[in-house]
Amino acid sequence: MSEPMTNTNRPILETRSLTKRFSIGTRFSAEGRRTVHAVDNVSLTVRRGETVGLVGESGCGKSTLARCLVRLYDITDGKLLFEGDDITSKSLSELRPLRRRLQMVFQDPSASLNPRRRVGDLVAEPLRIHGKVSAREITARVAELFELVGLLPDHMMRYPHEFSGGQRQRVGIARAIALNPDLVVLDEPVSALDVSVQAQIVNLLADLQEKLKLTYIFIAHDLSVVRQVSTRITVMYLGSIVEEGPAEEVFATPAHPYSQALISAVPIVETTPAGARKRIILTGDVPSPLKPPSGCRFHPRCPIAVDRCRSERPELMEYRPGRKVACHFPTLT
Amino acid sequence: MILSVRDLKVSFRTHDGPVRAIDGVSFDLKESEILGVVGESGSGKTVSLLAVMGLITDPNATIEGSIRYKGRELVGLPPRELRRLRGNEIAMIFQDPMTALTPVYTIGWQIAEQIRAHRGLSKSKAMERVEQLLAEVNFPNPHEAMSRYPHQLSGGMRQRAVIAMALSCDPALLVADEPTTALDVTVQAGILDLVRKLRAKHKSAVVFITHDMGVVSELADRVMVMYAGRVVERGTRTELFSDPRHPYTRALLGSIPPLTGQKPRRLPAIPGSPPSLLRLPQGCAFGPRCPARYEPCETGKPGLGASAHAAACFRVAQA
Repeated sequence: MSEPMTNTNRPILETRSLTKRFSIGTRFSAEGRRTVHAVDNVSLTVRRGETVGLVGESGCGKSTLARCLVRLYDITDGKLLFEGDDITSKSLSELRPLRRRLQMVFQDPSASLNPRRRVGDLVAEPLRIHGKVSAREITARVAELFELVGLLPDHMMRYPHEFSGGQRQRVGIARAIALNPDLVVLDEPVSALDVSVQAQIVNLLADLQEKLKLTYIFIAHDLSVVRQVSTRITVMYLGSIVEEGPAEEVFATPAHPYSQALISAVPIVETTPAGARKRIILTGDVPSPLKPPSGCRFHPRCPIAVDRCRSERPELMEYRPGRKVACHFPTLT
Repeated sequence: MILSVRDLKVSFRTHDGPVRAIDGVSFDLKESEILGVVGESGSGKTVSLLAVMGLITDPNATIEGSIRYKGRELVGLPPRELRRLRGNEIAMIFQDPMTALTPVYTIGWQIAEQIRAHRGLSKSKAMERVEQLLAEVNFPNPHEAMSRYPHQLSGGMRQRAVIAMALSCDPALLVADEPTTALDVTVQAGILDLVRKLRAKHKSAVVFITHDMGVVSELADRVMVMYAGRVVERGTRTELFSDPRHPYTRALLGSIPPLTGQKPRRLPAIPGSPPSLLRLPQGCAFGPRCPARYEPCETGKPGLGASAHAAACFRVAQA
């Protein structure tokens, strides 16, 4: 994955104050109708050729954001731009030509593959829908895709259940890249895989990115995997971005107390005595997005919170080119 | 010695033929020791501990070998006797706390029930004890939490409630099967911290099953690595992580991306995937994926040997 030279590239995908709200309950339920702010005012810029890693605890809105980015969810507020073109409220038929260029890979490959169809067919499906090409061309393209993702040609006639988890994810990836997309959103693509297989898929994604000049948005809860694949990291908490910056920098010197706690909590293999590494243990859980705390949303769990944090919400500020943080008292280096 | 397992074998009859899920596992566990058991899906880490708990009730299963708890043989013990031990002297925590909690009773009621069943305390005494336990596992407001139902708690809180339940009778042995896998790292850090503290306080021996090498390295005193139903390497935490010997252990450690320092351009990946227990390869089960395989691996199954830090590998035995 190439290094930050890509910063000068023009953005491929941009969100401006993107907000996604869900309504839950009915007016007859005990608490009445309520609104969940799943994604709140997110402005994100993704440039061509980079990999943006989205991290945060479950419920922070990273998967909801991903689904908004490919318009699987309707956006409540704000704007979504693809190559400068506003696609926030384009109709499904208007979106169709874009779908080809904007693909998604899901966590559980067996849930996204029809068990009754042969995998060769499954990979050919997007070609049939979008390509309008001849049967012979399709067969040739499927064979090419199988080779790209490391599957054997005679796998084409098999059904999804005949594959291991890793191979199934290769099929999922083959489907996503079938139409030569520009941007692929990967939602936890290696989480369901055995540990010994994860590295294969991580390498495959890196190879494909280089060969096909792909841009990735990569979501995973395994922070070391995210660091490995990402050029930039976006840390989310309770629906908002709290920190953003080059991957290695954010991991080495996190500025937001939440990022610090998150990174320090990752268990790593070390040969020094157990428990020697300094770690910040957060108390409490992620608050419910139904009742987000006042002021800075992280203040109830923040080890350095003061009165100001309880009342005044910090803005996401760019304190150095490419490095943003939303905290009144960031650790700046 | 709290637990002493010798040559444990578990097989199941299935539609597709017999499956040997555990093939000759032996280990010992001392008081207040944490044993980490690492392996991928199908490695047999869970089945071996279910056998220890006497929780394999499938009529198609056969269990051979010996499991001694404080010198007493558990294999073949009548279910009544086992029930007296389980929950009382031997406690277990699972990956999904909802498998251990019923949705229709409050947390306080459920933990108290266990205490009353095993200890015969009065209801009010039991409730007092529950409040203490919930405070011990860091519930911010233990008294209030007692009247909560499981669905009103977050995943991390539920797992804490289950841990409180597991500790309610001061177990001598605690078996934890991937208790933090479904949790966020921040919550996981809190639970691991809790297990460390509780071991120190209650002197319980802990068997901690996980697929995460990082978690083992944080927590365990001794480590056992499993692959396809057999132990491939065992040793103390330091031995295993500073001098891994089995090619599988080495490869697994090598394939984890680093959290600090230089990023490798490519990760050293292990080819293939874990074998199906129905179609185990001839010879060493890791053979087909092993970078160091040579002729003996094709036919023989390497043994673990007797030394404290041991690896079941012909290459290692030869060196």
